[in-house]
Amino acid sequence: MTKPILVIPCSGIGKPFGSISRDATFLVCDELRPGKVDTLCLSLLVMGDAEARSRVASSKCITVDGCPLECSKNNVERSGGKVAAQCRVMDLLRENRGLKPRTVTFLDEDGEKLSKQLAERIAAKVDELMEEAE
Amino acid sequence: MKIKPKVGVVSCSGECCSLGTLSRVATRIALEELRPDQTVTICLPLFLAGETEEHDFAKVFPTIAVDGCGKLCAKKAITKYSKEPAACFDIEALLKEWGVEPPRNRRVLDVNGVEMARRVAELLADKVDEIQEVA
Repeated sequence: MTKPILVIPCSGIGKPFGSISRDATFLVCDELRPGKVDTLCLSLLVMGDAEARSRVASSKCITVDGCPLECSKNNVERSGGKVAAQCRVMDLLRENRGLKPRTVTFLDEDGEKLSKQLAERIAAKVDELMEEAE
Repeated sequence: MKIKPKVGVVSCSGECCSLGTLSRVATRIALEELRPDQTVTICLPLFLAGETEEHDFAKVFPTIAVDGCGKLCAKKAITKYSKEPAACFDIEALLKEWGVEPPRNRRVLDVNGVEMARRVAELLADKVDEIQEVA
């Protein structure tokens, strides 16, 4: 069986975009591609946890970032991981200018729409990477 | 009149289990609903990856670390890069103390999960008041 792909969101807490990155990641892990993907705690990785670093170093990683600071991508790279694909909430927002997510704690309707779109985009990347591996 | 400093609340937001979601939701409820004018936050990965400006966060604000599990990433990060947090919450330990199981779903908290988050948020709010009182 192919090793699960790691999907790592930034989970930013100050704006809705981090919540969207997190929600979409869980959608992919738990509903869209269960068993094919997994996630890990970004903070644990950045704190230098040996197991987290080893998993990142030996897996294909998809980073999911809410804002232009790209904490997930940057931290995965700094921790010795190779980013196989990157998904950004900002790109989706540009493509969906009518959607304006406003809430952080619990996503509102626009936030949920963006999360679902993002999850589908991540799932498509997962499929691409899985195909490449076969 | 003495101006009381805002209190920083930093959540681990761990992705591995529902405890991270609980830490995050409790933190947001405290920030948005319970003590909106008295609290500030920063993303933990940004704090960790950041430079002096980000690391100064916990030097400028007395800070509460809210950790989902016993790995205590938020507490350790604040201690490492700034200074000892003013207070720490370990949600996993707290739930054990309360005799309740963690929420089952890490993506969406059910009614019981939201109730747990509100209970934690109330404790956070009390701690914010306590810290401001001393400050």
